Amino acid sequence: MKLTGAAALVKTLEKEGVEVIFGIPGGATLPFYDALKDSEKIHHILMRHEQCAAHAADGYARASGKVGTCSATSGPGATNLVTGIVNAYMDSIPILAITGQVPSKVIGTDAFQEADTTGITLPAVKHSYLVTDAKEIPRIVKEAFYIALNGRPGPVVIDIPRDVLQTEIDYYYPDEVDLPGFKPTLKGHAKQIKLALKEMLNAKRPVIFAGGGIITSGASKELLEFAELMNIPVAYTLMGKGAFPEIHKLSLGMIGMHGTKCGNYAVTESDLLIGIGVRFDDRATGRLDRFAPHAKIIHIDIDPAEIGKNVPIDIPIVGDAKTILKQFLEAAKKMITKESINQKEEWHKKIKDWKKKYPLTYPQDNALRPQYVVEQIYELTKDKKTIITTGVGQNQMWAAQYYKVTKPRTFISSGGLGTMGFGLPAAIGAQVASPDSLVIDIDGDGSIQMVSQDLATAVYNNLPIKIVILNNGYLGMVRQWQQLFYKKRYMAVDLAVGTPDFVKLADAYGAVGIRVTKKKEVKSALEEAFKTPKTVLIDVWIEREENVFPMVPAGAALDEIIGGLEK
Amino acid sequence: MKHTLSVLVENKPGVLARIAGLFRRRGFNIDSLAVAPTEDTRYSRMTIVVDLEGKPLEQVTKQLHKLVNVIKVSDLKPSEALERELALIKVGATTPNRAQIIEIVDIFRAKIIDVSRTTLTVEVTGTADKIDAITNLLKPFGIKEIARTGKVALTRGSKEQ
Ligand SMILES: Cc1ncc(C[n+]2csc(CCOP(=O)(O)OP(=O)(O)O)c2C)c(N)n1
Ligand SMILES: [Mg+2]
Repeated sequence: MKLTGAAALVKTLEKEGVEVIFGIPGGATLPFYDALKDSEKIHHILMRHEQCAAHAADGYARASGKVGTCSATSGPGATNLVTGIVNAYMDSIPILAITGQVPSKVIGTDAFQEADTTGITLPAVKHSYLVTDAKEIPRIVKEAFYIALNGRPGPVVIDIPRDVLQTEIDYYYPDEVDLPGFKPTLKGHAKQIKLALKEMLNAKRPVIFAGGGIITSGASKELLEFAELMNIPVAYTLMGKGAFPEIHKLSLGMIGMHGTKCGNYAVTESDLLIGIGVRFDDRATGRLDRFAPHAKIIHIDIDPAEIGKNVPIDIPIVGDAKTILKQFLEAAKKMITKESINQKEEWHKKIKDWKKKYPLTYPQDNALRPQYVVEQIYELTKDKKTIITTGVGQNQMWAAQYYKVTKPRTFISSGGLGTMGFGLPAAIGAQVASPDSLVIDIDGDGSIQMVSQDLATAVYNNLPIKIVILNNGYLGMVRQWQQLFYKKRYMAVDLAVGTPDFVKLADAYGAVGIRVTKKKEVKSALEEAFKTPKTVLIDVWIEREENVFPMVPAGAALDEIIGGLEK
Repeated sequence: MKHTLSVLVENKPGVLARIAGLFRRRGFNIDSLAVAPTEDTRYSRMTIVVDLEGKPLEQVTKQLHKLVNVIKVSDLKPSEALERELALIKVGATTPNRAQIIEIVDIFRAKIIDVSRTTLTVEVTGTADKIDAITNLLKPFGIKEIARTGKVALTRGSKEQ
């Protein structure tokens, strides 16, 4: 069968199961869009900014576990994707970015709309291709999906010159990929598994430290089973929210800079820390030389380069979290003893005390506090199929602290890069991936203004996402740091002047806008929004100078956590 | 601390940029790098001398391994490796000192590959130490130009790497 490169691209994308592409066309991708016009399987969603196209693909991938696909034209289209690509790279999210490139013969001449896309993205992709021969398109596309999804996932870029899209080829679909340099290890080394298990049985104060890798691997069920079997409490990172039911009695909560006191103390006092699918990021560990100082550390990760990168590891195990947890479960059933369970009781008592003494709290008064808003969202949606996305800043941390997640792939936040503006496009992607979920973007007034043009995308696609702006009229997180560490010398953080009327903005885009200025209006406004089958924006005027507590100051150890009321 | 890594990679466009980019981004220092296709032209072998400056070697090799085009990374221990560099050294040569230069060249089993009225060009292969030594001895005659390859290396004997 003779096909143009563009048609071959579309056909291979279809074969890889692509149902949706988030993108914006341009000169260099005209042939691709022309071929897309004939596709009955692929739906194209026209975004209003390429950064949002990449974030939407990212949100789609996080919600579905599939590869998210985005597309942009050469030059500015491709450079606009970059933030989204780096964001996906930092959080190990499988996205495919298809970019147009100027015709082969003018590459390198600074042609109109030429940018060195593979060069610019090089340090932040799992892999990338500059296609020079149309015949390679099917093989490259197939490889790209395989690489993006397998091992530790990540973004892949395919940059295709316009003439390559126009060249006719004999179409073939490769049955297999042949990548001699890409062979991820899945199964854990049996001897290491046994060694680790012995430590877990002998430990008196063990903590499982779960990260996003559990979610990626689909290992939540196994983690729950294992934690219960072994009677070991579970702490997690921001990326690990959803890896373990947060309302479970073995849950220690999120740890790190704005983690729970209980979680941070437990990790600090543990005698054995079992990291699974975590990368010991500084926001989670605090000061490294005082991180889990009494603990032996077991680290399970699919990426060997993560093991020992930040923290010295006593027992490394390379492999896939789900596979390894299954191995653990099998071995544990034979090795477990009553004694090993019982000797952890004192530890559980201590944890229970911490939980009681240091719950997440905030003043219970008539002020409209963001924590209350998130709590109300949680109360109204905990029994519904819900996905939360977030902006970056205080709003993100309040969402993380007060929305108790019980299922994987339902809390979607920019962890590694901390990209303001992620929340709205990620919600768009998540809603497309999961049409029957209630998708709620808990966002900041600063963050949303970086991407508000894509309200148009949500509205014209009839995506009934709910955007809750925790509007403090500030770049709140930066203001909090200026207050706490720079003597309240506020500089370039006040958004009150110049911020649009968000209700009118929603209206201008054809979305529903609701304003909430009093605590007593919160619940009814949310109820109203959640039953409206449209894009709804709720502008909540929260206490302007509310801070996120507790908090581990930058450079401090986890147990040097400050703030939060004691009960 | 310097280490010699032998890295087998797919012979594809952009691979060198990926490796150089990785070293730059992760803050690893490349001391020298030599690359050419292997006996099987689908692959190239890179010999990279890396200056660790206190960073763990393991991070370098593991990060290299993550690149899709990298097939194999070996850390070559000096005792197990054959290592060679090549240098071309153009020295100022006048009639009175030509003989002295030729004598040094002979001692080092180097070769004279070009002669002009005022210069001799010497080709020398060997370990880095040997090349440093001959360079030092030739210095007094006036070195006009020098071109030195990075190190290339293989493991000894039957030991496969
Ligand atoms: C793209 C980007 N620019 C700058 C920052 C630095 N930054 C981190 S939080 C923050 C404030 C966010 O303001 P807002 O979205 O209103 O959230 P709030 O903290 O007020 O809840 C800023 C500017 C960032 N994370 N991302
Ligand atoms: Mg704000």
